This record gives sequence, C-alpha cells and structure tokens, in this order.
Amino acid sequence: MNKGFLIAILAGLMPLQVLAGEYDISVDRVQIDTGDFVKEGIGYNGASPGPVLRFKEGEKVTINVTNNLDEMTSIHWHGLILPFEQDGVPGISFPGIKPGETFTYKFPIVQNGTYWFHSHSGFQEPNGAYGAIVIEPEGREPFRYDREYVVQLTDKHPHSGDRIMRNLKMSADYYNRQQQTVGDFFSESAEKGFMATLMDRMMWGDMRMMKADIEDVQGFTGLMNGKGPEQNWTGLFKPGERVRLRFINSSAMTYFDIRIPGLEMTVVQADGNNVQPVNVDEFRIGVAETYDVIVHIKDEEAYTIFAESMGRSGYARGTLAPEEGMTAEVPELREAPLLTMADMAGHMDHGDMKHDDMNGDNMAGMDHSDMGGNDEMDHSAMGHGSMDHGDDASLPEDPFYAKGSGLVPTASNGGKFLSYSDLKAQKPLYEDREPTREIELRLTGNMERYEWSINGIKYEDADPIVLQYGERVRFKFVNETMMTHPMHLHGMWSILEVGEGKWNPLKHVISVAPATTVYMETEVDAPGEWAFHCHLSYHAASGMFRKIVVEGGPDSTVAEGKQSGKQGGES
Amino acid sequence: MSRLTASMCCLALTATTLATPAIAQEDAGKKTQTSRTFWGVSAEKLEYRYSDSDEELAVIEGDAFYGTDELKFLWLFEGEWEEAHNAWEMLENQFVAQTPVSDFWDAKAGIRIDTPEGPDRVYGVLGLTGLAPYWFEVDTNLYVSDEGDASVDFEAEYELLITNYWIVSATFETLVAFSEDKEIGVGEGLNSTEVGVRLSYDLIDRAFSPYIGVVHERKYSDTANLARDSGGGTEDWFAVVGARISF
Repeated sequence: MNKGFLIAILAGLMPLQVLAGEYDISVDRVQIDTGDFVKEGIGYNGASPGPVLRFKEGEKVTINVTNNLDEMTSIHWHGLILPFEQDGVPGISFPGIKPGETFTYKFPIVQNGTYWFHSHSGFQEPNGAYGAIVIEPEGREPFRYDREYVVQLTDKHPHSGDRIMRNLKMSADYYNRQQQTVGDFFSESAEKGFMATLMDRMMWGDMRMMKADIEDVQGFTGLMNGKGPEQNWTGLFKPGERVRLRFINSSAMTYFDIRIPGLEMTVVQADGNNVQPVNVDEFRIGVAETYDVIVHIKDEEAYTIFAESMGRSGYARGTLAPEEGMTAEVPELREAPLLTMADMAGHMDHGDMKHDDMNGDNMAGMDHSDMGGNDEMDHSAMGHGSMDHGDDASLPEDPFYAKGSGLVPTASNGGKFLSYSDLKAQKPLYEDREPTREIELRLTGNMERYEWSINGIKYEDADPIVLQYGERVRFKFVNETMMTHPMHLHGMWSILEVGEGKWNPLKHVISVAPATTVYMETEVDAPGEWAFHCHLSYHAASGMFRKIVVEGGPDSTVAEGKQSGKQGGES
Repeated sequence: MSRLTASMCCLALTATTLATPAIAQEDAGKKTQTSRTFWGVSAEKLEYRYSDSDEELAVIEGDAFYGTDELKFLWLFEGEWEEAHNAWEMLENQFVAQTPVSDFWDAKAGIRIDTPEGPDRVYGVLGLTGLAPYWFEVDTNLYVSDEGDASVDFEAEYELLITNYWIVSATFETLVAFSEDKEIGVGEGLNSTEVGVRLSYDLIDRAFSPYIGVVHERKYSDTANLARDSGGGTEDWFAVVGARISF
C-alpha cells in the first residue's frame, strides 16, 4: 500500500508520464522435459524458460529476485543499458544473491526491443536459468505487425553444466561425434585421390586439430520456448497477418541457422536495435544474439520454424499454424560442414607457415618455399587438391568469414542468407566520430587442453581493461582459434563495423568467425565495472573473459564508493 | 590384495576431501566467473586376459586427477592380477604432479610404489606426456629405484575411428632398463614390449566403452633369461575383453 502511494506521488511529480513497474522473480529448481529426456534444472518462477518480462521504454522497474536455491545466484539483464550495480555479475557488479535472500534490482528502462535475462552464476544458465525481455518503445515503431511471438532457443543437454565442463577438461572432444572416420577417408580418397586425402589428413594431424571441431558440445536437444522438436511449440496466426517473431538464442554453446520454409523473413531488429529491413530466406543467430523478423503469412497453411545448429548436430523446431495441431514438414539436417585450412590462420604458425598467404585470393598461389622450417612434414609435398574444397568458387563471399572458410552459411533454398554486412542501423544512436584509440584483442585458446583466453591470458590472470569515460574505443578482434566466438560487452553498445559509418548497427554480441578480424567501436558512456566475455558458456568459464573498468564520468564517485565498500576499502 | 584395497580406500577419501573445498570455493571471491579446479577418474583398461598358454590375468590401468590447468595431481595405477597364483604379478601406484610445458606436452614428477607379490620397489619418476603430431598419445617416464636402478618406459596410443562410436585403439608399450635388478626380474637393456589392438564401442557417452582385443607381450634378452630361469614364459598372445571407464 505504501509503495502504491509512493508511486502515485512520484507519478504526480514527474512532468512526463513515468511508469514504475514492480516484478517478482523466484529462482527455483525445476524439471525440464525436452521430449527426449527429463532433467532437473534451474528456472524462474517455477519454469524454464522463465517468464517473458514486458517492460515499457521510460519505465522504472523494480525487480525482486528471490533465491530459492541452496547456492548463490544472480540475474544479468542481457543487452540492457543500466547502472553497473544493477548488471548482475557476481564478483564484478555485485556480490551475488545468497540462498534464501531477495535482491532488488532497480533501474530505468532507456531502450526498447528484444532482450533476455539469465543467471551469471556458475552454469545455471545452461542448466535452464534464462528468460525473455520485451520492451515496448515509447514512440511508434517503423514497421507494422499484427501479432508477435517470442521465439527463445536453447540447447538443452542431458548433462549438467558442471559435468560438461569437467568432461571437456578431461577430453576436449568428449562431445564431438562428427569426427572424420576411416570410412570418410576412403570416400574422400575415391573423390579426391588417395594421396591428396592422405596429405590433407597429415596436415591436420600435424597441427593436432580437427576439421569437425565446430560444435564443442553436441548431444543436446534444441528447445524452442522450452519445447523440444517433438513437443512442437506452435504460434497461431490468421491468414493475411504480419507476424513478428522475436528470436533469442539463449543457448550455452550453439549457433542456429534459422529458416521457415515457404516464408521470406524481413529482419527488422538485431540485438534489440532497429535495422533497415532486409529480406532473407535464412539467418544465423549467434549465441546470445537476438533478431526480430516479420513474416507476412497469406495462406492458411502450417509452416515449420526450423533452427538447425551450425554444426548440424541438432535442431530446434516449432510451427506457425492457423490452428492448433496443424504441422508442416520438418526438413532433414543438412550435411555437417568441415573447417578448412582457411579457418586455421592462427594455428598455421605451428608449422612456421605464412598464414597471410592462406587468406589470399588464390590458394594455389601459395609460396611453398615460405613454409619450410617444419621438420615433421614436407610441405612441398602438400597437394593442392586437398585444399581446393576450402576454396569453393560456388560459395558466396562474406567479409565476416575467412575466404574459403568451411563455415560460410548458405540458404537451403539457394536464396538470401543474412550477413552482418546487411545490417544497417535504422536510426543512429551516436554521432559517427573517430575512435580515440584502438584495443587489439586476440581471441586465443588451446583446444586440446580446453583452455580459452584473450591475448593468451585467462581471466584469472588478467588485468582489467581500463577505459576512460567519454572515449570512443575501437576494439579489434583477431580470432586465432578455430571456433566462432560471440563476444559480449556488458553495459555499453557494441557498434559493429560493417563499413556504413554512422549507419553501422548497434549490437550487444559480436560474433567473430575463425581466422577473421572484426572491428567494433564503443562509446564509453557508462561508468563502473563491466563484464566482457565470450558468450559460449564453457569458453567464458575457462578463461575467455575480462573485466572492463570505466574510469571517470558523472557517477564515478558513487561507483568507487560502492566498490571500495565491497572490496574492503582497497582503494 | 588387502594392501591395494586399503590404499584405494585411502585415496578415495583423499579425493573426496580434496573435492569438497572446490565446491565451496565456486561461489566465493571475485574470480567467481571462471571454473578453475577439476577432477576426473578413468580406467583406460579394466580387462580380463586369456593367454595362448592358458594364463588368466585381470588387468587394471587408469588414473584419477585433481587440479587446475596449471597443476594437476594424479594417481596413476596399473595392476595385473594372476588367477593361477591368486596374486598381483604387477602392481604399480604412481603419485605425480603434472604441469604443462608446451601447447601439447605436460611434464610430471613424483613417486612410484610397486607392491606386487615379491620384493617391493619405490621409484622417483620424471615423465613427459602429451599429444604428438598425427594424434599419437604419448607417455614416457624415467624411473630411478631405491636400489639405484634406472629405467625408461614409453607408451603410445593411436585411435582409429571406424565410426564415431566404434573405435579401434592400438597401443604400444616398452621398458628399457639401464641396469639389472635380478630380484624383480629386470634385465639390462630392452626388457619388454606390449602391443595391443582393441575394438571398443562407446555405450554410455564416453563413460563406459566395452571392448574386445588382442595383446602381445614379449620379453627380451636378459629379462627373457630371468623369466625363463624362474619358469615363466617370454612371449604370450592374449585375448582380452574389458571396458574403458571414465567419470
């Protein structure tokens, strides 16, 4: 009653209408039934996924999070711009929420779009602690739709997060069941010749790397809004309607390639920010990214939403239908891609190879004399035949993948596949200006040991990255590993460099493919301490993680005060 | 037997006490975002061997580890139980600390305690283990016994994937001694080789993989003579059936 009174007074005092919403979330042990298996996990308000939180831009939210677990928990509001103490990262933003305690988050909603929330403690997020956030804009949206659905994806695994991490540490290929077999060797020999195949295997064997190392954690069931492929989540529509689908990839480890056979999708939003509409047949959603698409459905037919994992080891599936129970054909998984030498730039150094050459337009132009120095293998004997498949002329070029990469996605119907370079901001948030400095971040790792790092240093051994309030920093990501890393900066926008100047899109996750260099810029406009990490759960947990400290700024004294209180007056 | 049981119980207890603080530690401190300590137990071989001379052996070989990326503590065990004599023909326990020395190689150091039927030996161990190019898993150690005798062993394993679940693994082991230790049947020079080929199937993840296979054991020169003198064979073919276990 007091609260309501207070809100009424506050509302009366505000010149503009300000909403103040109060929300309660409990963190609970739950059962997760994927249709393939039932597993104990962690959820919100008794379910996984948790509730869809609907906020309104301009609203001031109060969220009471009660921890019903017997371990610490936390909630991170993924993609939300808020004071750093409200960001929910234990050890950085706050101490975490103890068992039995209630922590109250309070922050203004200063943006709109599709986001999500999840635990930032241990492996609670892979274990089910995630939910969706939809923020209605204050003004009108630049596109029309008749109804909308949140389509939240995840990769639910029968093993707990701790178990997965432990297994990966014991054997990095524990979950990889797409490795090349003796049979593959013979069928490839028949196609490309015995020597070429042998040389190819020798080259990979020399590096102790696997072409099939695209998804670390296979064996999951893809869930769409918590439902497995057999349970078939269904969204209803009336023929003629425009349906907005808010795709959120809440996976621990899995990128999905999404298509709705028979429907063209218009991408209108990426990571919560409006983009100039792009019509696509298929798009890839990195871990932790969100994409809003609009489909205009004319016929009274059912359509399958098919989210195939990037490594083709699993899928999530749902249906858009005019009435409950209608289904459409579910496509087969496509053949699993394989990495190529072009994806291996960072590892070529083992053999003293000049990897710049590998990125060249023409692999046949490679100067083999440069590749000497490896006593274990005669590179001059390397057949070009074995590399040709990495240089397939039929593949479209995309600046966000290495040339000749085995990961370049193509639409299953031969149509348009969304690229990062198609993303242009609808309305720039920041003035375009020269960055004040550049910070190079090499994404590094040792696959055999399952260690991941930035600039070769794991989180626990690294100093924080210090930024100054008011700067515009240019981050240069150089992916030296063979895996794709979705890099997530908390608290501030990541302006993805697609070469469009002020129209470069705003994102909160930047996916960096193997052997590529990707730039993003950040207007350093949020003081405090922030997390910055690869959003693949087991990569972050094994060290691909940094603390970012923003010094200076309007709230710096407040920020410092809180910090010193927490760390026992260290400063 | 009882000695082994006792040592296993003791180690199991140690492993439990070591694992407990790791769980508590997860939530404390400012490094909560990354996992740092890990453990694992696996038996690469847990098998029954039947030789062409009707010898029956139960064989176990495996390890348990606890530690971080930078430093692991391992208990490595290897035993051969001979049915006919109802005795451990071979029983080795190694306790080593292991640390990375390059991208693919780890160095280790510790002690090895041999307690088969007959004379016991305690050794100091220095070893190198890792993944060689072309996917050969290699483990090699230098041992110096309390009698002052030095020896070197070398093990290599290669896995061939028939499918992603049917796996053929080929193993090679050899021991070379720099001096003779008659009491335990070790001659100078090349002692023995063991070559094995096993076909396994991953039945439950990689946690339980039953297999069948063949193993060839041979003793050489002085060691062979010592074996002959004590009435043993110098060469054996074994049919093996067993399982690889990892959890």
